[in-house]
Amino acid sequence: MTATAASAATAGPAAAGTVRTTYRDAMRAALREALQRDERVFLMGEDVGRYGGCFAVSKGLLDEFGPERVRDTPLSEAGFVGAGIGAALGGMRPIVEIMTVNFSLLALDQILNNAATLLHMSGGQLNVPLVIRMTTGAGRQLAAQHSHSLEGMYAHIPGIKVVAPATLEDARGMLWTALEDPNPVLIFEHGGLYNMEGELAADAGPVDISRAVVRRPGERLTLVTYGGSLGKCIAAADELAREDISAEVVDLRVLRPLDTSAILASVARTHRAVVVDEGWRSGSLAAEVSARIMEGAFWDLDAPVGRVCAAEVPIPYARHLEEAAVPQVAGIVAAAREVVDAGG
Amino acid sequence: MTLDAEHGLHLYREMLRIRRFEERCVELYSAGDIRGFLHLYIGEEAVATGVMEALTPDDAVVATYREHGHALVRGVEAEALMAEMFGKVEGCSRGRGGSMHLFDADRRFYGGNAIVGGGLPIAIGLALADKMQRRRRVTACFFGEGAMAEGEFHEAMNLAALWDLPVLFCCENNLYAMGTALARSESEVDLALKAASYEMPAWPVDGMDVVAVEEAARRAVAAIRGGGGPHFLEFRTYRYRAHSMYDPELYRSKAEVEEWKQRDPLDAFAAHLRTIGALDDDVEAQLEAEVAGEIDAAVAFAEAGTDEPVDDLTRFVLAGEAP
Repeated sequence: MTATAASAATAGPAAAGTVRTTYRDAMRAALREALQRDERVFLMGEDVGRYGGCFAVSKGLLDEFGPERVRDTPLSEAGFVGAGIGAALGGMRPIVEIMTVNFSLLALDQILNNAATLLHMSGGQLNVPLVIRMTTGAGRQLAAQHSHSLEGMYAHIPGIKVVAPATLEDARGMLWTALEDPNPVLIFEHGGLYNMEGELAADAGPVDISRAVVRRPGERLTLVTYGGSLGKCIAAADELAREDISAEVVDLRVLRPLDTSAILASVARTHRAVVVDEGWRSGSLAAEVSARIMEGAFWDLDAPVGRVCAAEVPIPYARHLEEAAVPQVAGIVAAAREVVDAGG
Repeated sequence: MTLDAEHGLHLYREMLRIRRFEERCVELYSAGDIRGFLHLYIGEEAVATGVMEALTPDDAVVATYREHGHALVRGVEAEALMAEMFGKVEGCSRGRGGSMHLFDADRRFYGGNAIVGGGLPIAIGLALADKMQRRRRVTACFFGEGAMAEGEFHEAMNLAALWDLPVLFCCENNLYAMGTALARSESEVDLALKAASYEMPAWPVDGMDVVAVEEAARRAVAAIRGGGGPHFLEFRTYRYRAHSMYDPELYRSKAEVEEWKQRDPLDAFAAHLRTIGALDDDVEAQLEAEVAGEIDAAVAFAEAGTDEPVDDLTRFVLAGEAP
């Protein structure tokens, strides 16, 4: 992922009134704003305080807001995610940070059995206004216990919302909207995006967490993607453009509930689609998107839907193997060509 | 603690309500009106009854899937409980929870949690919210001794002590985690000793003696409310009935069950109330009649209840959405 490709993906306002920032700093600005605006908000997780956050997202916030509201936790994912659920029930607006998606499995019981079920199981009495942030994705040679993309697995679960900010605007704006939502919202931050740099409107603020967005209009096919793969899809679209293949890029932004109508509307225009997803192919989010296109736009299609997903292996350490395991620009371009060449 | 007659009768009545309610549940289960799992509290009534006496309506309760008694003595209406057992929309969880998931937000009754150990972190969070909002409330969290082998128990104990949270940990040690005896699941069977390693006051209590339970709970709750941090009580008790309705009880002897029944919390307490002149045959008959009347009304209410329309199946999956 290149910074230029990603910043090109952001559909920001005119350069006047913009600031140069990074995804990490945009996320920190969002945290700061939330802590300033609502005294019920607090951040807790492993090393969010003194250490400044594993990825330096919360750096400096401890000094600003104190140890009660920027709360370091022991290594107790189930314990502090469950505590977040309880605190939400008790009237707080917790933001729980889990270092990586792989660690979130230690808290899966709390997320699935409690956060996602309490409202329904209690007959509508107990909603859980909780935000859980976590890092996801490969690309940093962190091997098989720090690199997976399990957001598709979470998007399988009714009772929670799942979002994946892929741009500076969304890094800056999704958190507040998630905090205002009465439901548990999981925010997946791709680890490869934190250093992404670009221009962001100086007055950037909350954004919706309900709609997919066309990041780049095109005519011949639709690339449906999200999170860490957005920049790769933009780069692939650039390359395809040189071959006179105009590709539209749809950023899902919200993985649950999916904005199906935006996907179908794009496919109705382009008649072809490739879904790009860093999760494993079998039972993936890409499989779900593909099925929805088949169900809702079958007669619009001129070719079978293509998929570019992670290889079905635990993500390996060696750089060349890791690169081969997850979607890359060349693979996306090849899949796009195949879909464009297929059919009528 | 000296027991006045009126309070003694109140405690006895609460235990009787639990026992008779559950005995009726067994009949209704056999009749097919109640389905799913049904975990009975019979034998353990003194624990929930005594602990609830120490709590105020502002405090919170987190319970397990063996929670009919806790809900009842916490003040959840018997009608709403029975309707829930019947799966009716008038139930306390609108029929979506059943026996294992009784909820009542107004009474700060937070379930009804059927993942062993899973309720403990929620109790931590409720207490954390109180502490951060400077409220002097207590969260009472019930769990069986089986939960003490779960990681979530240890995480919750550590967090509670580390953050000095107002939690009362109520371990209901009925000696069996489903069919696994305590000695077969814990390296250290002195559970209070184990809990004390988290730097919190912890002591064992005779869970068959409602007065001892109330006394211990009042002492612990007063300490917690006074800023003394989390406390742990191990209530030594016994479950007379099978783990659930599907349990052939191959793991314990009938003699052992009979032995514990000799210490029945209701019988023993009734005998005591008679010796202090608080109870006689007339009063007992009157209590039984009142309790039977409450349960009859609850059953009638449940039978007259309505099924939620299937069209509403997906309501309450997300808050703030149109049905």
